[in-house]
Amino acid sequence: MQEEVIFAGFGGQGVLFAGQLLAYAAMHEGKHVTWIPSYGPEMRGGTANCTVVVSDDPIGSPIVQHPGVAVVFNNPSMLKYEGLVKPGGLLVVNSSLVTATTDRDDITVLNIPATDTANELGESRLTNMILSGAMLAVRPMVSIDTLIETITAKLPQRKRHLLEINVKAIKKGVELAQQQLTPA
Amino acid sequence: MSAELMKGNVAIAEAAVRAGLEAYFGYPITPQTELLEHLSKRMVELERVFVQAESEVAAINMVYGAACAGARVMTSSSGPGISLMQEGLSYIAASEVPCVVVDMMRGGPGLGNIQPSQGDYFQVTRSAGHGDYHPIVLAPASVQEAIDLTFEAFDLADKYRHLVFVVGDGLIGQMMEPAVMPEMRPIRPRPDWAVSGKDGREKHIITSINLGAERNEAANLRIQDRIRVIRENEQRSLEWNIEDARILVVGFGTAGRVALSSVKMAREAGLPVGLFRPITLWPFPEKRLAEIVDGGIQAILVVEMNAGQMIDDVRLVVGHDVPVSHYGRLGGAVPLPDDVLHEIEKIAANIGLTATAMAG
Repeated sequence: MQEEVIFAGFGGQGVLFAGQLLAYAAMHEGKHVTWIPSYGPEMRGGTANCTVVVSDDPIGSPIVQHPGVAVVFNNPSMLKYEGLVKPGGLLVVNSSLVTATTDRDDITVLNIPATDTANELGESRLTNMILSGAMLAVRPMVSIDTLIETITAKLPQRKRHLLEINVKAIKKGVELAQQQLTPA
Repeated sequence: MSAELMKGNVAIAEAAVRAGLEAYFGYPITPQTELLEHLSKRMVELERVFVQAESEVAAINMVYGAACAGARVMTSSSGPGISLMQEGLSYIAASEVPCVVVDMMRGGPGLGNIQPSQGDYFQVTRSAGHGDYHPIVLAPASVQEAIDLTFEAFDLADKYRHLVFVVGDGLIGQMMEPAVMPEMRPIRPRPDWAVSGKDGREKHIITSINLGAERNEAANLRIQDRIRVIRENEQRSLEWNIEDARILVVGFGTAGRVALSSVKMAREAGLPVGLFRPITLWPFPEKRLAEIVDGGIQAILVVEMNAGQMIDDVRLVVGHDVPVSHYGRLGGAVPLPDDVLHEIEKIAANIGLTATAMAG
């Protein structure tokens, strides 16, 4: 098994953290994993993305041309990565902010109103957890339980009160993905 | 000890601390600043020496001084800063004192950019300063290797009283991977040659000035003798899928790691391709490369993040026996697995190799 995931959005949307959380979770499951951020001269509020590779075997390249999974938080990221996802891959779209659409029929597309759902939960910064949950519902490269255990272990004491709502957001993401993929 | 998810730059810094680093002198530059940042906390916490110098020129001269006094010492920078340090590096080499220098290479020449590059290969393997010498150069391709090689770099520096470089790039520096840290080692005693205050014993003189040709030639010959020993004893490399390979891909650090993905893809397509990844860039692992090439290699592809630098060392080993070609990305661009695979396929076609179905 090898999965390559690109998380992309604006700085401040928790894009890099979503990738790190996945990387920690993969490590806790004893898998090989790499996390690499895009870095360069960026302004505050500019674009941010990271690539996570999760594998049962030692990982060669930590960067990929054609990821199996792209999680896009905003329009510029949608425009950049929609065409790059490899055939058979998964595109997870934050449909609260992304207005661009894809006409690709060779990939699975999940439209998750993550920012709206996060606001309903009372914390817009949960967008990344909702999208992570949705992604793992379709591509269980780590289990949801591990992801929850990981965030429980990683959340510093001063943010402890946010644990419950983060777990809720992850589960909400799973639920939204399952609803979308189950024929009505 | 269990693995932790660590960023390359931080991992190198912590590995140095655990190797018994007594003093660090440096100046910030992307893409290695997290290394300096980590040490600015840790060294102070442990009551060791951390100085953010006013420039790279100052930093390397502080390193020189501390090395003469027998401290386990390190600096780190990226291409533009290493260029500024060249005079000091040459004095350190001439004075035969040990130190470790980390170069997280970035796109050059000039100020270039902060993206990953391997453009400093010539600079670090040939001398990293004026005069006749080669530093030992270690090139990790993962966070774990970065830790292990940094930890060992200090022992190599001590063993040969020599300059040791650890070279990576922005990608190795910024990447997070699970890795295990070695246990903390105590600070080692000061070596018996150190300039430490005479106090009744014979005077120790450490200098890079050797006036008169005879005297300087003798100093040079001593350095060359040691370089011969290093060359004999310290060549290191890793290899994959060599046994039945007909095409050999050679790459170090990040480029070697990307090439591993391409070699796996080529193998899945039934092409007999292997990978050779030098760990020591100097001494270049010429003995092992020659053996592998003698085992039936028909063509070599060198993959680098530069215009073709290590390819010269490969050619010195294989001569004209085997065609050697190069695939490089420049100025901060990183080769991608599909692109390297494409080059492998071109070479396979050129030498008339066809894919064979995988056995079994």
